[in-house]
Formats: sequence, C-alpha cells, structure tokens
Amino acid sequence: MVAQIIVITSGKGGVGKTTSSASFATGLAMRGFKTVVIDFDVGLRNLDLVMGCERRVVYDLINVIHGEANLQQALIKDKRVDNLFILAASQTRDKDALTQEGVERVLQELQRDFDYIVCDSPAGIERGAIMALYFADTAVVVTNPEVSSVRDSDRILGLLSSKSKRAESKQEPIREYLLVTRYSPARVARGEMLSVNDVVDILHIPLLGVIPESQAVLNASNNGIPVSLEKESDAGQAYLDVVARFLGENRPHRFITENKKGIFGRLFGWTNREKLEDVV
Amino acid sequence: MNIFELIFRRQQKNSAAVAKERLQIIVSHERSSSQASRDFLPVLQQEIIDVIAKYFTGIDKNSVRVELQRMGSCSVLELNVALPEQAEENA
Repeated sequence: MVAQIIVITSGKGGVGKTTSSASFATGLAMRGFKTVVIDFDVGLRNLDLVMGCERRVVYDLINVIHGEANLQQALIKDKRVDNLFILAASQTRDKDALTQEGVERVLQELQRDFDYIVCDSPAGIERGAIMALYFADTAVVVTNPEVSSVRDSDRILGLLSSKSKRAESKQEPIREYLLVTRYSPARVARGEMLSVNDVVDILHIPLLGVIPESQAVLNASNNGIPVSLEKESDAGQAYLDVVARFLGENRPHRFITENKKGIFGRLFGWTNREKLEDVV
Repeated sequence: MNIFELIFRRQQKNSAAVAKERLQIIVSHERSSSQASRDFLPVLQQEIIDVIAKYFTGIDKNSVRVELQRMGSCSVLELNVALPEQAEENA
C-alpha cells in the first residue's frame, strides 16, 4: 500500500495546525499505523517542540532535500509511541529551499515505508504552504470559530482545488475535512462565537471534529507531549475521536454543548469553568 | 450567563450572527471573483496601457486605473485613463 499524504493547513496562523498535526499523527500511530509527521514551516520550526524531541534534531527536511543527509538519519523516532516518526524543518534556511522536485522525492521515498504521511503546513499561502499541500491526497483544514480564520480557510480551500498536484493533473480532487479548534461552547451559547454549524454552513466541507478550547492543550505543549496522549483530557479525547472518524468509525461529536450547571450557577454564573473561559 | 447579563445583553445584537452574515457575503464574493476577475485585472491593465501607448506617447502604468466593483448582482468595470498633457495637445 502506498502511504496516504495528509496536509494539516489553515491559511491563518495560530489556529492550531502544529498542535493538530502532532496529535493527529500520534493518534494514527497509536492505532498501529506507521506514521511520519513532517514540519514544512522552514525557518520557524516548532513541531519538534510540541512533540518534545527538539534536542534530538540533527538533520532536517532541507538536509534531506539537498542530499546532505539521508532519510534514515533525519527521521526521529518517537520515544512514547511505536510507529511514530518526526521529520523536522530547518531552522536556519528559508522556504525557498523547499523545491517541488525535492519534496516529491522525499515523499515518494517515505511512501514506500509508511502508512500515513502528515504534513504540518506553515501559515500563509506562500511557497511553504503550497509545498505542504501540493502532493496531498487529503486536507484537514483547521479553523477557529472566528471571522479571519474562516475567511482564510475558504481561501485555502480555493488553493487546494486549483494549486495542488491533483488539481493541476486533473485527478480526483483532494478530500477536504474541517477541524474546528479552540471551540468554546459557553461562548457559542451566549451568541459571542460562531457555532460549528455556522462554520460548516460557510465552508461547506465535511466536519472531522471539534476540539474544545482547553487548558490541556497549553499544558501538553509546555511539556512537549502531543495532547492526544493525555487521554483524560477533553482535547485529547476530541483528537482521538477525530482520528477514529478519519479511519471511518462513527463517533458522535462531543464537547460542542455547554456543561450543564446547577440552578445557582445558572442564576449567578458561579462556575469555575465559565470563569476560566472568561480569563482565556 | 447569569440573570443580570441576560437582562442587559438583550439590547445588543448577537455578535456571532453578525459574524456569520458578514462571512457569508465576503466568502461568496471572493469565491466568485477569485478565479475570474482578480487574476486578469493586472493583465487587462497592462494591455490597455500598451494599446494607449501606441497612440499617445508618455503614458505610464500610473495613468491607467482599472477597478472592478461588485454591487449586488452586477459588476462594474471602471476604467480611468489620465492622458499626458502633451499627448492631448497633439491629438
């Protein structure tokens, strides 16, 4: 079987692409699939930090593209999950170092060994982002329920259907999925935040999952642990659901409605949860 | 939301609804215009300059302004050409 290439993309920065890439790839590996996650954010690498392997990076994607190292030297094996590998971005080069031929060669070589290749796209619509999505079979569009993120996601959907290899060679189009992150059901209930249905209405692509705004995400990245390994946390469970749905399982969406409060909480707003969200 | 917020917020318009409405308008506008108009405008502008330059000397890219505006269901292509004074006298 040839590995499936999945790009995690968004257009806008800071919406959770790297967090989602790390958690999604980890989730696939936990299910027994041999998975590699590649950081395409050349010059601003961060996937290594989120995955907790920043001190083990010796060679990176650009070294492999330029023939300064081979893939076996550059792939970092995760210490917690079998079947999970990380390919870091270069911190010293810029995105022009990503050549289409080079990226294609690396992906083809990886496709022989792996089941899934997860590409963590940089923000923007420049070279790095285009290279990350160009060879993709599937795209996960990460969107915050907020106007600029939704608009940028729509722009990225346009690029997926015009600037990708599948589009240019008139193959079957890239499969597109929506992943809504930093979702706050309490704010949606108050009419302060776009609901997940609003976002689906605007973007018109199938919903893969909703990740709630959660303390667990920052905690996990502070510690260099993909949040999907924090199985007790809401965000961790939400990412594991996303992986299950991606693999074809039918899982109802969770964390999209507000936690029920008692009668006093409803009257006076006395809940820790709501206070936390007000601060965040 | 507590009881006080409920009373005081009633007057404000729900901001998520405003966001959705604005997004639906801008996104449908950008979808319809992104492939077609945005890409050809600079080319159109250059070709117009080239044609005008054949008849008037001293024209440059700043003398031609091309704008495409969308108003409801129709689009308006606005073309503004400032001819150089010298050329106008000769013509």
